[in-house]
Amino acid sequence: MTHQPLPRWADLVVLPIVNLAVALLAAGVMVWLVGQNPLEVITVLVHGAFGTTRGLSYTLYYATTFVFTGLAVAVAFHGGLFNIGGEGQAILGGLGTGLVALWLSATLPAWLMLPLMLLVGALFGMVWAAVPAYLQAYRGSHVVITTIMFNFLASSLLVYLLVNHLKVPGSMAVESAPFADSAKLPSMHTFMGWLGIEWPNSPFNTSVFLAVLAAVAVYFFLWHTRLGYDLRATGSSARAAAYAGINPNHQVMLAMGLSGALAGLVGMNEVAGVNGRLMLEYVSGAGFTGIAVSLMGRSHPFGIVLASILFGALFQGGAEVAFEVRGFSRDMVVMLQGFIVLFSGAMAYVLAPSVAWVVNGLRGNRAPQAVKGAAHG
Amino acid sequence: MDEAMIGSLIASTLRVSTPLILCALAGLLSERAGVIDIGLEGKMLFAAFAAGAAGVAFGSTAVALIMAMGTTVLLSWLHGFACVSHRGDQVVSGVAINIIAVGMTAVLGIAWFAQGGQTPPVTTEVRVQALMPGVVEALQGIPVLGQVVGQGLLSHNAMVYVALLLVPSVWWLMFRTRFGLRLRAVGENAHMVDAAGVSVARMRYAALTLNGLLCGLAGSYLVLAQNAAFVPNMTAGRGFMALAALIFGKWHPVKAFWACLLFGFLDAVAIRLQGVPLPGIGQVPVQLIQALPYLLTVILLAGFIGRTVAPQALGRPYLKER
Repeated sequence: MTHQPLPRWADLVVLPIVNLAVALLAAGVMVWLVGQNPLEVITVLVHGAFGTTRGLSYTLYYATTFVFTGLAVAVAFHGGLFNIGGEGQAILGGLGTGLVALWLSATLPAWLMLPLMLLVGALFGMVWAAVPAYLQAYRGSHVVITTIMFNFLASSLLVYLLVNHLKVPGSMAVESAPFADSAKLPSMHTFMGWLGIEWPNSPFNTSVFLAVLAAVAVYFFLWHTRLGYDLRATGSSARAAAYAGINPNHQVMLAMGLSGALAGLVGMNEVAGVNGRLMLEYVSGAGFTGIAVSLMGRSHPFGIVLASILFGALFQGGAEVAFEVRGFSRDMVVMLQGFIVLFSGAMAYVLAPSVAWVVNGLRGNRAPQAVKGAAHG
Repeated sequence: MDEAMIGSLIASTLRVSTPLILCALAGLLSERAGVIDIGLEGKMLFAAFAAGAAGVAFGSTAVALIMAMGTTVLLSWLHGFACVSHRGDQVVSGVAINIIAVGMTAVLGIAWFAQGGQTPPVTTEVRVQALMPGVVEALQGIPVLGQVVGQGLLSHNAMVYVALLLVPSVWWLMFRTRFGLRLRAVGENAHMVDAAGVSVARMRYAALTLNGLLCGLAGSYLVLAQNAAFVPNMTAGRGFMALAALIFGKWHPVKAFWACLLFGFLDAVAIRLQGVPLPGIGQVPVQLIQALPYLLTVILLAGFIGRTVAPQALGRPYLKER
């Protein structure tokens, strides 16, 4: 991708940090422009996100969802695809999780119910991503456009099902009946209670283990399996991969299918872990946050986990700041998210020449390969 | 269906379609030059906010329009800076603009007006008024003409007619001028244009500038004509629907115009059909009618209604060889 003469370590570590710093700086300037003290905001934010176990719980609860959507974007990205449809796939995943719970939770025990919800949620997300994937692979329509359309279709479908079929008759709230207890994922409060540790009550639940597991699994899949290698090969050069006997169409299906399944797991956190019923707004933009998370984490599971915690902290801390500081709202966090997509994504290499200049300068101007690289670029 | 109903259906179709038409034409100009524009939604939202804020602060329609269009042109240039000058990913840049728009308009709205992100309503003088109320009045009472032509077609404000006039204008610009030929050529084969001695980057920036101007009009329509005030996230997916319309119209201004009218009509009809059983079909869920534009676009893209051919160089940054 890059034609810049930047050493590998600088490309992997320094440039992302510089880009993130620029995004934070831009948001800081905005905070200052609307008449607030950026230092005060950041202090309250950090304290709100990490200062108490309760705040930390909320941070990790948000992070859990972002790990799923971030991994979803990353897997598709390694396959050379941009999956904008995480939002819709997560909606469908939650729908799958919820529908099977509504159907069977009264009869099945938890040890059977919860894995079933997980599987159906992942399956729903996978199918919702597989249709645009199929259209891209075999009918030549662009996956970005179709996944955008599928986001709108997913939310229409959810509204339709909730309003016309799942809503409890006579109730004003647009939500389904609650699931039986067997379909509720234990909260961290309960789980820690089993271990004899006191933990505050919060939406933070055991789906966080699933998120960690998913991140590890994605890492092993991408870098330590043959299928993962095929997928990455197609992503970096579809034509070269095709010469090596890898069918690019299959890889499109695989990448999007996995991506959709990962996004679908959001249902385990939001529907099975927190709401215990189907409601309207359980994704609310997390699919798009996944794009920022994946860009910041450089599409690597470890980076994605870190970026998810950062975004979780921003969302939780942002809510605290909105309480404490007059005139601050969580929209500021949304704006920062946009800045991160802009500076770490679209403009990721704008600053590369400057960083290269500084880095090479610090290394004592011994950069002959840099000159050569520039001549070729 | 009586005349009054037909008249009001035509009128609301045109009203709903106008921002779609403006936005789809904007997207068309940029995409025919080879630059994907996912950011239509965000630019429209920024324009709506700028029009609302400037309309309240300065009390002038002209200032509101200029501020709205200025804001969106700057955003288009930002998109160009990231994707044309620095060859960043066009889709990612568009997504960034969309997310920033949602956040920043609300932040500024809260900071400046302290009404939960809304702007106060702009005054009636600032809003654009019906262009020819006299004619509509005169036609009133005449059968067919009064309702269908008068209320349906002639009762609108200037922005609606500007949008309608822009359709043939953009068509003429793209297919009958040298500039348009070059613009389309940049979107098909940038190397060829470069070889002919025309700057690819300059052409793409020109297309993005026009794109910004039209997005600005589309967004300010929402505040100056439709709703009286800016409300956070008021575009509510219109930018994406315009994107769908421009693809549904196969990147052609006139076809995209028909697609916008169709989508606008579906929107106008969805509200009226709520809870009304259709003969032979029964009750159609509103959500289905609202989802129909997206569904139709997907079906079209899948190749079931003719073939869509996107501009060849769409999404490909151009690297000038030295």
